[in-house]
Amino acid sequence: MKLQNAIAAAAILSFAGTMGFAQTDNELTVEGQLISTEAAAPAHMENVGTVYSGWRFRSEETQAMQTDDFDNSGFVFVDDGFALMASVDGSEGKSCASCHEDAEEFAGLKAQMPRVNDSGELETLEDLVNTCRTERMGAEPWKYNGSQMAAVTAVIGLQSRGLPVDVAIDGAAESFWERGKDLYYARVGQLDLSCANCHEDNYGTMIRADHLSQGQINGFPTYRLKNAKLNTVHSRFSGCMKNVRAEPYAIGSDEFKALELYLASRGTGLSVETPSIRN
Amino acid sequence: MAENVRPRVRVPKTAAAGEVITIKSLISHKMESGQRKDGDGNVIPRSIINRFVCAFNGETVIDVTLEAAVSTNPFFEFEAVVPEAGDFTFTWYDDDGSVYEETKSVAIA
Repeated sequence: MKLQNAIAAAAILSFAGTMGFAQTDNELTVEGQLISTEAAAPAHMENVGTVYSGWRFRSEETQAMQTDDFDNSGFVFVDDGFALMASVDGSEGKSCASCHEDAEEFAGLKAQMPRVNDSGELETLEDLVNTCRTERMGAEPWKYNGSQMAAVTAVIGLQSRGLPVDVAIDGAAESFWERGKDLYYARVGQLDLSCANCHEDNYGTMIRADHLSQGQINGFPTYRLKNAKLNTVHSRFSGCMKNVRAEPYAIGSDEFKALELYLASRGTGLSVETPSIRN
Repeated sequence: MAENVRPRVRVPKTAAAGEVITIKSLISHKMESGQRKDGDGNVIPRSIINRFVCAFNGETVIDVTLEAAVSTNPFFEFEAVVPEAGDFTFTWYDDDGSVYEETKSVAIA
């Protein structure tokens, strides 16, 4: 009898765990523009009804930083990004701005990345930047998760701010998406946890002092208060894998790109928030 | 001059005469404390913004001394009374002798 009670209690607890909640239901307005921080989950997500931006899980002070572009420390790096895009580099004597005069032409791009290119490879925003650098500018590629890459991808991402995430997951992208999904649900590391154990089964609960989010990537590159700089999504994946004591995949690897595609698809309908503010 | 130093200031474009306005200023600056050593064990020389001054039509609004513990990218938010139309000048003084300046005009609405 005692055992049955214990099982019933455990069932209630785990039920409460799966009914995760977002901390607040207030709206996010950035510089007068309404940002959608929740959306009905896409059909392929079997276990989640509503998707929430990570913004909803942060403290009020952190949330407030993102409502004003002057208070948003990410914009220090966005300014760096604009300067980098205007500076000439490489053997062709070109800068980003030589071809892309106005960054606004990138509006909507971030919301669709990563995507499958003409040669059948899954490419990310970082790949596009480095392809431009090596093939059109004759310059050295930037480090995939370096500060320059984060700054420039933040500028490009900013142009899509407020637009809903909408990545293609069918057709050529399907095999990459399936791989990403497998990775998401695969238990890894000494703690034997998958992404889903925290970000699907337990979002909204506390993991020690931290409020677990759904692990949405709509705000990347994101300014993190813990290291006071812009963080790329692959760096975040790497950090998460270290936290569960797994050997991370390489930054820019096929595994992380597939995971990035799958995670982006889980955030379908959320607004791009680049550059967001997180813990 | 330190690399990538960029002042940012937000001042309302217009104000009523005598109105109290909020001013935000931030300068991106790495604020090298002088406590760190490089890979060879040599002390990296101190390079911080040691003074920040805001003036309105020549009259000092705020004059701040900064010390080595101040964070990267120092941010100041303060209020000022605008008695008349004019210019706010913002000046940051660097340890290496560089001076960074920014000016914002306010009109009376």
